[in-house]
Amino acid sequence: MSFLRKSVQLFNAAKQNTRMLSGVQRSYSAGVKTVDDRYAFPGARDASFVNNLKLTMPEDYAPIPIYRVMDRDGYVLNEQEDPQLSQEVVEKMFRDMLLLSTMDKILYESQRQGRISFYMTNFGEEASHIGSAAALEMRDVIYGQYREAGVLVWRGFRIDQFIDQCYGNDDDLGRGKQMPVHYGSKELNFVTISSPLSTQIPQAVGAAYALKRKPNNDSCVVCYFGEGAASEGDAHAAFNFAATLECPVIFFCRNNGFAISTPSNEQYRGDGIAGRGPMGYGIATVRVDGTDVFAVYNAMKRAREYVLRENKPVVLEALAYRVSHHSTSDDSTAYRSAEEIEMWNTLEHPISKLKSYMVHKGWFNEKEETEFVSGVRKQVLKQIAISEKKLKPNWREMFEGVYADMPKHLLKQQRELEQHVEAHKQHYPLKSFKQ
Amino acid sequence: MLRSRLSKVACAAQRAFSTSPKALAAKQMTVRDGLNSALDDELARDDRVFLLGEEVAQYDGAYKVSRGLWKKYGDKRIIDTPITEMGFAGIAVGAAMAGLRPICEFMTFNFSMQAIDHVINSAAKTFYMSAGAVNVPIVFRGPNGASAGVAAQHSQCFAAWYAHCPGLKVVSPYDTEDARGLLKAAIRDPDPVVVLENELMYGVAFPVDETVTDVDFLVPLGKAKIMRPGKDITIVAHSKAVETALLSAAELAKKGIEAEVINLRSIRPLDMQTIFTSVRKTHHLITVENGWPQHGVGAEICARFMEDPAFFELDAPVWRCCGVDVPMPYAKTLELHALPREPDVTAAALKVLGKK
Repeated sequence: MSFLRKSVQLFNAAKQNTRMLSGVQRSYSAGVKTVDDRYAFPGARDASFVNNLKLTMPEDYAPIPIYRVMDRDGYVLNEQEDPQLSQEVVEKMFRDMLLLSTMDKILYESQRQGRISFYMTNFGEEASHIGSAAALEMRDVIYGQYREAGVLVWRGFRIDQFIDQCYGNDDDLGRGKQMPVHYGSKELNFVTISSPLSTQIPQAVGAAYALKRKPNNDSCVVCYFGEGAASEGDAHAAFNFAATLECPVIFFCRNNGFAISTPSNEQYRGDGIAGRGPMGYGIATVRVDGTDVFAVYNAMKRAREYVLRENKPVVLEALAYRVSHHSTSDDSTAYRSAEEIEMWNTLEHPISKLKSYMVHKGWFNEKEETEFVSGVRKQVLKQIAISEKKLKPNWREMFEGVYADMPKHLLKQQRELEQHVEAHKQHYPLKSFKQ
Repeated sequence: MLRSRLSKVACAAQRAFSTSPKALAAKQMTVRDGLNSALDDELARDDRVFLLGEEVAQYDGAYKVSRGLWKKYGDKRIIDTPITEMGFAGIAVGAAMAGLRPICEFMTFNFSMQAIDHVINSAAKTFYMSAGAVNVPIVFRGPNGASAGVAAQHSQCFAAWYAHCPGLKVVSPYDTEDARGLLKAAIRDPDPVVVLENELMYGVAFPVDETVTDVDFLVPLGKAKIMRPGKDITIVAHSKAVETALLSAAELAKKGIEAEVINLRSIRPLDMQTIFTSVRKTHHLITVENGWPQHGVGAEICARFMEDPAFFELDAPVWRCCGVDVPMPYAKTLELHALPREPDVTAAALKVLGKK
């Protein structure tokens, strides 16, 4: 499929290097080589010469197409593209998406009620989480931004682990040191979420570099980020480094149309984030319908094979619509219409698309779905009650983890606090902390 | 940025200054070679260690600190990067998270401002914020402090900036022994360490004996060194200011005043015990640094005295000798006077001691 929408006059017919982009791979056709190697400019060795001046316009390039497997009604458009997943796998995908959505609704309300300080929901992006996670191996390392809870759901992070983290209690793997939704799990190869936007992108490249150095490496790094985060300098640096250092990393851009309130048409002027890949940074690129779980799955599978075979990065842009408000600090009806949100929450919703697919397959059972959702709801509500009552981590832990070995001045401060608490214990809720 | 200009200045700054009486007996080694041999030792010792930065490989480093290492260890261990500090600092942090031991070279620490989010918010805090799940064994190193003739944006000390942040360790070597031993200890340390070298010291040779050249020579992080014992006044300094302090001590000796010179070596953790012990003997203290006065290293030492019984050992207020509180001027004569010189330190010592 050619990316050249029009005949770009920059290259006259005889000299033209026809650039073909097929799938995620870029290959040069056997065009006539007019440039003697001796005269090639080091900065653009493959470029040909022309003698008619023309500005290359953004419009000269067709937007990168959006790969999808299903139509809106859950029908597979090209049977060869159906990943042929078993009923068991498709049901797990569907249930994980439902679980995520159900848990999000309740935890969102729990923040509204003042039980936790903060929450971020994943509505509308369930397919991009589950589809991508399903195509990976557990040994692949995940760097998330903050809206990737579905990846953890797929990997087996339990409801109690999610809720314990949000409530920062003694069973929270993060020991109450992080805001809600900043999950992390060494066991599940999911690097702890870090608040500063985009810093995870170059770090993911560094982790991929470390993997690449291992003999017979068979794992890659996947870095998730939004299209807004892709405007940070970190993202540009990471793309360029991944290309030049040749690292097995998949840049998974969740382009959900909004960075808090900033719509994507104010965020960038190029062809999304995918448009930066091939021409901008020399990175193999694929753009998918992020509401189509099979499209995301296939693209991720292909991207994984490519990055491990070539030791090179891939940009994977999953288009979706952030049905959620940005976070609990945001009311998005201030900058977009309720009707628009409703359309994406029903017709175009990833869960309804997968549901339709299952209906066509005869794999869908209304009663089972209702029971599953109500079961998850009960489990989440019960877990909130439990997590809320659990003790907080021992307050002495506040001083731990600054350095590998606790320095003397922190030991001293810890002792001072112990003495202070001992002297004034009647004024502190010591019973709510683990001793 | 004046990247190429800076390395020319480095060559011009070479001088034969030595303060040790052992000079004639022992082998001489420049600070640059001390750093270079430290990198070489640790690269050989642990294959998780690698160096990355701008121009560190084929060009041997802008200041030639990594000379010969790319030829010896190849592309996998010595990595030239595109020009984006936030990019390669982020990559180094990610590689450390994934189990490697990166040494991230900033061509100068002035450029580390581009990457400070990775240093402070990621390297320093991740171990704590992941509740111990992810540690970041990384070294950020490069020349720090004023060079010569490169004006305000290339002449400043970042010791106070980095030392402010919990989770980081910060060292500031003065001579070859410091540079070699501290860098080796920093590379082996499980926590992130900022190694603040000084460009003007790179070409200076110091005597080193066999203990220093031994492959397992380490200078412990968080320990100061008494460079010259004395009983009348304590002079605390770090990095190139140690040279100023030693020159001043020599001048004071001519007046019959015995100054004890303490080389801090580490800024965080700060070895206050060595300073307290010294002041219990001398009862007088001045600090010398090439950074600015406000919230500086000297300011922190003063504050620590206020919090310790050692305060009552002082017979006079502590005096700070710092860089002038202005961006570094370019003009040579102004630049010379913008940093504490030996006569400034000597005058301060005499004032504190109540002598003319």
